[in-house]
Amino acid sequence: MSSQSIPPPKARMTDWLQSRNATGLLFMLPAAAFLICFLTYPLGLGVWLGFTDAKIGRSGVFIGLENYWYLWHDPVFWTSVFNTVFYTLIASVLKFALGLWLALILNEHLPFKSFFRAIVLLPWVVPTVLSALAFWWIFDAQFSIISWSLMQLGWIDAPINFLGDPTNARISVIAANVWRGIPFIAISLLAGLQTISPSLQEAASLDGATSWQRFRLVTLPMLTPIIAVVMTFSVLFTFTDFQLIYVLTKGGPVNATHLMATLSFQRGIPGGQLGEGAAIAVAMIPFLLAAILFSFFGLQRRKWQQGGQD
Amino acid sequence: MAISSDQDVLNDNAEGMSYLNRLPRRVVTIYLPLAVFVFVLLFPFYWMAITAVKPNQQLTNYSEYSPFWVVSPTLDHIKYLLFDTSYPGWLLNTMLVAIGSTVLSLAAAVFAAYSIERVRFTGSRPAGLLIFLAYLVPPSILFIPLAVIVFQFGMFDSKLALIFTYPTFLIPFCTWLLMGYFRSIPFELEESALVDGASRWQILVKVILPLAVPGLISAGIFAFTLSWNEFIYALTFIQSSENKTIPVGVLTELVRGDVFEWGALMAGALFGSLPVVILYSFFVDYYVSSMTGAVKE
Repeated sequence: MSSQSIPPPKARMTDWLQSRNATGLLFMLPAAAFLICFLTYPLGLGVWLGFTDAKIGRSGVFIGLENYWYLWHDPVFWTSVFNTVFYTLIASVLKFALGLWLALILNEHLPFKSFFRAIVLLPWVVPTVLSALAFWWIFDAQFSIISWSLMQLGWIDAPINFLGDPTNARISVIAANVWRGIPFIAISLLAGLQTISPSLQEAASLDGATSWQRFRLVTLPMLTPIIAVVMTFSVLFTFTDFQLIYVLTKGGPVNATHLMATLSFQRGIPGGQLGEGAAIAVAMIPFLLAAILFSFFGLQRRKWQQGGQD
Repeated sequence: MAISSDQDVLNDNAEGMSYLNRLPRRVVTIYLPLAVFVFVLLFPFYWMAITAVKPNQQLTNYSEYSPFWVVSPTLDHIKYLLFDTSYPGWLLNTMLVAIGSTVLSLAAAVFAAYSIERVRFTGSRPAGLLIFLAYLVPPSILFIPLAVIVFQFGMFDSKLALIFTYPTFLIPFCTWLLMGYFRSIPFELEESALVDGASRWQILVKVILPLAVPGLISAGIFAFTLSWNEFIYALTFIQSSENKTIPVGVLTELVRGDVFEWGALMAGALFGSLPVVILYSFFVDYYVSSMTGAVKE
């Protein structure tokens, strides 16, 4: 955005400006029409539905805050809020730590580096539902390969009930989410790492910095802006996760893994309570706004660090 | 040790400070963790593949057969999948929906990105920001109102519903990515075309698009992958078996009751992943650039 077009000759200026606006808007039209029709309008409609008692097959009437009042007193809703925050927090921290570690490893001089980079991204390319099915089989109560291996090693006596026990189920879905999220974070951070000039590291090591100091005082500050953006995306997608839970546990056992998105689906579509489902979805918006604001300030900081104006 | 490491330093061709890390140290700090990462990240795929070709009696009999290997692999699960279920139809549906929505989104995104980045009409900056914000709106909060809208438009339970709703996340993504690509094309090219009397349309088609081909490929294959992987809209808007996409079909029709046909399920998962994996293997660099491009801009 820093470069500027050379202003056209003065005589044609107004003429040109008009045609520019006209062309611009004409070119924007297809995308704008689509997004207004299928993004802005549904967003508004969703907020409206949250204030109605709409059910499948019948448009509802305005009932004010009744849905929210009901949800406020619904322990299942609060469990899902807790689960969502817990799931997002733990999974994001783990994804960030492991992703950064993997990025640092891949940033070293390795043989077959591009090959490793390519296969590391695989979990992210494969459809979540299909890899979640594989995890479902891996987490099978009777024939789990993890249980079998641990039993062979003599570490446990009976198969682990991965998805049947509340605590185990939470850990299992987080593990599957982390598995799928690491590649995105690792590859994005790797791109960030590659923009850091090696001469900075060399200068620091000549000054006697240990490798930990080089990481903490050189690499990390240079990486902060991209970390902010990547983690915003990661938090956003983890917070609104639906597929993984829907495949692995459908919210069970005893709602221990119900996220807000899965609860919203369950109440809204199979349950038929469109209004209530929409209200749960709307309740996610404040969290998402917080994440977006965080991203915005992350971007600002990046520009400031690079000395750019725009 | 000291002598040999001195010689290593003299003969070292590697860049930077890699001479600080000797081999035994590298094994522990780099190769070992890398091996663990690669093992964990790839194991589910191996497990998927090996289950897909395992005969049923070996599938759950861990005492007589090693679960990690397969004796006398079978194609029964795959045969069952292809001939006794609607799987080929789902594959075709997914393909149609993914291609349809990708083409639609890409076309809309090219115009929008060019307009925001190069035509620079009044309000192009806020428009760019809005596109970015639209990218951040997740499908999980849109699917209920969208279901209502899709129903109003009479598209419920049709592939059209998916082709028209997937662009909600594809257009913002493609536009954002293409804006970055267009930004890197020198203004001078456009200016000289303008001087030669080219219209905006001609500039876009004859100057900008040929130069932005890598960007178009990146955005296209990425959009294709995103729509191939989409689940919640397909689950909500599609009811009849013949219109289902792969993820929905496998999950809702192959999972029946308490008897899990793990072989067929895993074969379904494997074949459903294959098209995107093949596409990915041909365009790894485009994927990486679009992924990091979308984050960096």
